[in-house]
Amino acid sequence: MSARPLVHALRDPATVTGLDESGWNALIAMARAERLIGTLAHRIGDRPVPQAVRAILTDALTDAEREARQALWEADRAAEALAPLDGPVILLKGTAYAAASLSAAQGRFIGDLDILVPRDALPMVEQALFAAGWEWVKSDPYDDAYYRQWMHELPPLIHASRDRIIDVHHTVLPLTARQTPDAAAMIADAVPLPNGLAILSPEDRICHSVAHLLADGDMQGGLRNLWDIHCLLDGADDRRLAQRAARHGLARHVRQAQRLAAALYGDGARLTLWDRIVIARLLARDGWGRERRKLLVFAFYIRSHWLRMPPAMLAHHLFTKWRKGHRPA
Amino acid sequence: MRHQLTLGIGPATFRIGSAWRQPLDQLARLYADYPQPSGTIADFTVRLQPAGFTRRWLRPSIFITGDHGLADAAPMSLAHGLLAAEMGMNLQMALGWRRHLLLHASSVERDGRALVMTGESGSGKSTLAAQLGERGWRLMGDEFALLDLDTGMIFPFPRLVSLKNRAIDVIAGEAPPERMGPLLAGTAKGDIRHLVPRADAIAAMGQGARPAMLIFPRFGPEAELRAVGQGEVFMRLTQASTNYVALGEPGFAALTRFVTSVPARAIDFPSGDAAIAMVEQLWDQLP
Repeated sequence: MSARPLVHALRDPATVTGLDESGWNALIAMARAERLIGTLAHRIGDRPVPQAVRAILTDALTDAEREARQALWEADRAAEALAPLDGPVILLKGTAYAAASLSAAQGRFIGDLDILVPRDALPMVEQALFAAGWEWVKSDPYDDAYYRQWMHELPPLIHASRDRIIDVHHTVLPLTARQTPDAAAMIADAVPLPNGLAILSPEDRICHSVAHLLADGDMQGGLRNLWDIHCLLDGADDRRLAQRAARHGLARHVRQAQRLAAALYGDGARLTLWDRIVIARLLARDGWGRERRKLLVFAFYIRSHWLRMPPAMLAHHLFTKWRKGHRPA
Repeated sequence: MRHQLTLGIGPATFRIGSAWRQPLDQLARLYADYPQPSGTIADFTVRLQPAGFTRRWLRPSIFITGDHGLADAAPMSLAHGLLAAEMGMNLQMALGWRRHLLLHASSVERDGRALVMTGESGSGKSTLAAQLGERGWRLMGDEFALLDLDTGMIFPFPRLVSLKNRAIDVIAGEAPPERMGPLLAGTAKGDIRHLVPRADAIAAMGQGARPAMLIFPRFGPEAELRAVGQGEVFMRLTQASTNYVALGEPGFAALTRFVTSVPARAIDFPSGDAAIAMVEQLWDQLP
């Protein structure tokens, strides 16, 4: 079994009325595992569903509402702390979609707060966040040095009393990645929101999300990221998007994301062999919420590291992490 | 998964999947009087899966997870599979239940009114609830008391009572052997044996009760009784709740109502009998 039923339900929620009990159990388990239960609840809306399902969907919507409220409060706190910054705090991912009331935010799970700031502002940003009560999540000298030398973000910070994590990005992808999106251009073209916040332009939002789905990472939670992209693509101007993607070195990735989103959540698309492999990875989830296709999943895990760093550096990194006791899940 | 069982406990339904037959057989036997509605829609999925590639057969080892899980949960031996299943269900409730304010507390009912007992692990609240349940009270649960957000009633979650170490002999002296589960020796929490609640308590698992008293029991050398101020009660209950933050304002309102309407006492007790005498006396003094 794969996560097809979840994809079908999101694409065409009217079809869920035909599910039997075991079909519902499977759909709910995979939606929770992919962190799409709130989105699913939103898509199903007021359609008639069994009473037991209604209770679960209502819980999911209440959770999503609370998460959005907490996320926006956290963004507000960050904006307050970073008031001395020259320019707004640019929100990324879930918090950004919620702050701008985009369709991608409906029912969406929101985890950490992600913000983008100019790289030369980092020392000041760190100081301001410390002063406002944030601290490092963990202090491992190797990880810290690794983040600072090679990554696109600071090591995660957590707020001492609110217990919420902030990821401070200064660019889009790790500095070792093959693509080098133009973060300065993203910052320059960001769209201001009230209260010292801002969000990336419509095209840059898509490029940012696509970069993380297809040019980085191992596609954990990929169905949700692709759902974001599907929502963000709705209403985007194809020509402007293609130009912007080319500028960021992501033209190929954005075209692939458009095909994947159309294939899974839209009206279908002509797929390449590589598209089909990516889709097999994205759907590797069964009706108990378990990850399936272990070898394929592991291959994508290896690929994520391969994309991030040249071979010699990768070998050194994996050896160091292995000595510290880290094992892939 | 290879083996599965659906269980209804209080208001929640669990679909439990397991790579092994044995834990589910034990569960089905001990939960024989509970609804086991195979093929219904469950609130939660629990999974007992091998902790590694070879761990289904070779030194079988259980990783407990489900809709909600902890990445760093320690794997458990198959010999403790029953405990693993119980922990799996508790985990889903603690992390996922949103329809009541969940208090980490035991509760019992008499004359339609509920006595709620909360405290840290080892405070004796489970044993006390189990003993009261054998002596004329209705056991509502030994782990979670469910506070209704709208009505302020306490609802039962009467899963198996988990008895640890010395409490095992205390309860085995009162309850018939057919209501006792197998001895699970040498778990991370010591020896554990489960007690099946009385059939009438199971049959009444959908019935709530108005909370009438809150007790903070503590096993200690001297019998002692103290009043506890509302501020302290509120803070201790927010810490004893796993979903207080997740419920937001409705959770705050329900807890405020509970704290301002239910009298609270702390009792230190040197023995089970002393505790029961103190509880009965406090209960009789209620208006």
